[in-house]
Amino acid sequence: MEKVTIVPEVAGTEPVVGTSLWRDAYKRLKKNRLAVLGFMVVCIIVLASAVGPWIIQQTTGYTYDYIPTDPALVTSQPPFTAPDGSFAWTHPMGTDDAGRDILARVLLGGRISLMVGVISTLVSLIIGIAVGATAGYLGGRVDEAIMRFVDVLYSIPYMMVVIVLLAFFGGRSPISQLFLLFIALGAVSWLTMARIVRGQVMSLKSQEFILAARATGVPAARIILRHLVPNTLGPVIVYATLTIPSVMLLESFLSFLGLGVQAPLASWGSLSADGIQNIAVFPWQLICPGLTMAVTLFSLNFLGDGLRDALDPQMRKG
Amino acid sequence: MAPLLSVRDLRTWFDEEHLTAKAVDGVSFDLGRGETLGIVGESGSGKSVTNLSIMRLVPSPPGRVVSGEIVFDGRDLLTLPAEEMRHIRGRRIAMIFQDPMTSLNPFMRVSQQLMEVTRLHLGHSRSEAHEHAVHMLETVGIPDARRRVDGYPHEFSGGMRQRVMIAMALSCKPELLIADEPTTALDVTIQAQILELIKTLKQDTGTSVIMITHDLGVVAGMTDRILVMYAGRIVESAPTSELFERPSNPYTAGLLRSVPDPTDDSHAPLYQIPGLPPDVARLPPGCPFAPRCARAETICREQFPPFVQLAPQHHSLCHFAVELYESGTIAAAPAGRTPSDDDAENQ
Amino acid sequence: MGRFILRRLLVIVPMLLVVVSLTWGLIRLAPGNFYSGEKKLPAAIERNIREKYGLDKPWYVQYGRMLSNTVRGDFGESLKYPGTTVNAILAATLPVSATLGVLAYLLALVVGVTAGTVAALRQNSRVDYASMAAAMLGISMPNFVLGPTLVFIFALSWYWLPPARWEGFGMHMVLPVLTLSAVYMAYIARLTRSGMLEVLRSNYIRTARAKGLSERDVIIRHAVRGGLLPVVSFSGPALAFLISGTVVVERIFALPGLGNYFINANLNRDEPLIIGIVAFMSIAVLVFNLLVDVAYAFFDPRIRY
Repeated sequence: MEKVTIVPEVAGTEPVVGTSLWRDAYKRLKKNRLAVLGFMVVCIIVLASAVGPWIIQQTTGYTYDYIPTDPALVTSQPPFTAPDGSFAWTHPMGTDDAGRDILARVLLGGRISLMVGVISTLVSLIIGIAVGATAGYLGGRVDEAIMRFVDVLYSIPYMMVVIVLLAFFGGRSPISQLFLLFIALGAVSWLTMARIVRGQVMSLKSQEFILAARATGVPAARIILRHLVPNTLGPVIVYATLTIPSVMLLESFLSFLGLGVQAPLASWGSLSADGIQNIAVFPWQLICPGLTMAVTLFSLNFLGDGLRDALDPQMRKG
Repeated sequence: MAPLLSVRDLRTWFDEEHLTAKAVDGVSFDLGRGETLGIVGESGSGKSVTNLSIMRLVPSPPGRVVSGEIVFDGRDLLTLPAEEMRHIRGRRIAMIFQDPMTSLNPFMRVSQQLMEVTRLHLGHSRSEAHEHAVHMLETVGIPDARRRVDGYPHEFSGGMRQRVMIAMALSCKPELLIADEPTTALDVTIQAQILELIKTLKQDTGTSVIMITHDLGVVAGMTDRILVMYAGRIVESAPTSELFERPSNPYTAGLLRSVPDPTDDSHAPLYQIPGLPPDVARLPPGCPFAPRCARAETICREQFPPFVQLAPQHHSLCHFAVELYESGTIAAAPAGRTPSDDDAENQ
Repeated sequence: MGRFILRRLLVIVPMLLVVVSLTWGLIRLAPGNFYSGEKKLPAAIERNIREKYGLDKPWYVQYGRMLSNTVRGDFGESLKYPGTTVNAILAATLPVSATLGVLAYLLALVVGVTAGTVAALRQNSRVDYASMAAAMLGISMPNFVLGPTLVFIFALSWYWLPPARWEGFGMHMVLPVLTLSAVYMAYIARLTRSGMLEVLRSNYIRTARAKGLSERDVIIRHAVRGGLLPVVSFSGPALAFLISGTVVVERIFALPGLGNYFINANLNRDEPLIIGIVAFMSIAVLVFNLLVDVAYAFFDPRIRY
């Protein structure tokens, strides 16, 4: 980026160079090693979930629902152990009671869990931004009405209604169940997003550059799109990055209770529910999916924290 | 009579990531009893840090007092144990700050905040402290003090809050009051009121005052002596009237020139000192003001200037101090260079 | 303030009816009902049951009856456990869940606030990093992983604590409470730390120090009140999560609490029980949110309703 000189150069002093908010944030984020580590781990897990199952199928022939025909193999083995007790590469995470490869199932679970996390968050983002920006920008009666509505929704014991919804409408097919999850979980999180966006828009609205745009006749829609939205992106990105793990957690609870992802699909929550039956004898059945999930959430949270620190200009260390 | 406060060669530095910012780098001055001293400078000149150092309130990472002495009533504050320093803070030396809107605890009643000081330092009982608080509020001119004292800070306006701060600071009748830009955040009319208040209280109690500001107008009517600071050092010190009549440092002269003259209708552009204040982490060798100075010559850029004594109470940090003192104006550098010539060259 | 509280209390009834209607609507709109899975009942018995539960009336009549029953607090008998009223089940299960939740949150407050404050005071020290790392773990570890792990360690391997089941308020509470509490401990520790750090940077803390107060007084008398505000406002949404957390923990440890019964009611399509529990929880959420808002006003004198 070319140097923009703000003050005429005086001999002996350095020129003052401007940077944008994003470059500044990016620099700060790079310095935060934990956040970078978190980002890399997330990338690894996403990659593994995407191509892992295919690789496993090519190398060992196991998919997430393949049950071996040889009865001797239909047992639960610890990681890296063959049925006769010898070391084997085939099952890095062991097998479950039906002989299915847990790693393949965990990777599939990763696909599903991550997908639910991202798509639900997207759903909540879209609804939240739309509602929040409108309420914030239009203000007055419209804003009041919308916020009243949001307050009402806030008072609903959400999880209970979601549980009822899933219990009564679910179970038809795994795909429809997934869609139901996307909508239900997205509907849970959009409220806070709307509040955040509204707050940002309201504080931006009264700032001078918006006034200038209006004074020069820029139409409202254009103002919203080109001026307000980019400036609210900061908190929105942070909140979205932190919503993904919390939505994933909610989904895992629901799947754990049997209401979320249905067999034959699996998510980390449902795998944990399966695994918990045998915690005393075959602990890896729970620990493998559980730990994978914990590591993923851990990394996402670090990344989200790092983003928040990077985008908040007031933060200072020590 | 021995001075109340004697600062010798104070250096307070801040450790940033790869550099050290020398916010205060060799400041020395005396303050007599009952005297009002003004410290003037731009942001970053080190004026606030000097006074935070006196109170030992410099945030300790990243700041540290590297060397120097601060002798208050015969004792060096920098070597006092922390406990004793706390006895002095609030009781013998008090400080009021720039932003009254955020300097009071919004979650505590004003009365509690006032009572805290006297209960701690003077051993007042609850009722004594409460009475004293009301009395102090009345002294600083808060109407209906008895009823308002139990209110919260957000129930007071900005000017009122600053008065509360002053009341709090003077509760224990300190010997020294440090006022760090007390009026910068206030309206001009309120400014005048607050300054008048400080003046009156000072006369009544004989407290010494250090008034920190960037506004020459503020110090003109209030102070006995003035220190001008730049880049962590004192560049000129003189009695007030002498500073305004015979500025002997290019920076001081620049500051004085920058004040717009309401009687001047020549339509000439307003003067401003060219350039920006230096980064105290990356100071050039030689005089820190040289890059912006109209009078600067090669020696200024190479050698640090001496602190020249021009009169018993008048000093200036400049290679050409004597010349400026004698001539009485900001002299053009040799060969007729003026500030506008410099600007043209640097475009 | 009084009018504010009154207004909020008055809103409870309409809100309750909205939530209950929503739930009832979902239940009725869905295919199948309580009897779908069971083997076919003889026609006469089926007719009796339909009459008893009013299932033979048109839907709007049933809806109206449900609303008025809700308002009167009479939810009838459970379908799954005929002869037992919903209210009786509520009365039996509530103490378990309430104890679990309250203890868990109290523990989280005590440990979290202490850890967060210490971390803030010793910023960037090893204690700070260690406790924030632990907090990160707490947030990221799902309770259905943490719970069994704790059981594995403390109950199955070391025999210190009972692994599951409920035999009164005693040692059986320890593992469930710990499991439930962990994530809130973590959030509260983080919130406290950042809240305290922000307060400690503020100007009025500088004023307090300039007055000569000891560091201990500065923290306890000036910093704490402002620093804990984020924790108070966190408590509102925390309740929503606490509900889902309690459900999972009760399942894991086979505790006879509201959450466990709720899940079973859903799986059994036991409509009266579902409505009853949802109604009760709605009221609980609304009352609790009101308490949180009042507490916030108590902490922050600038808020006036």
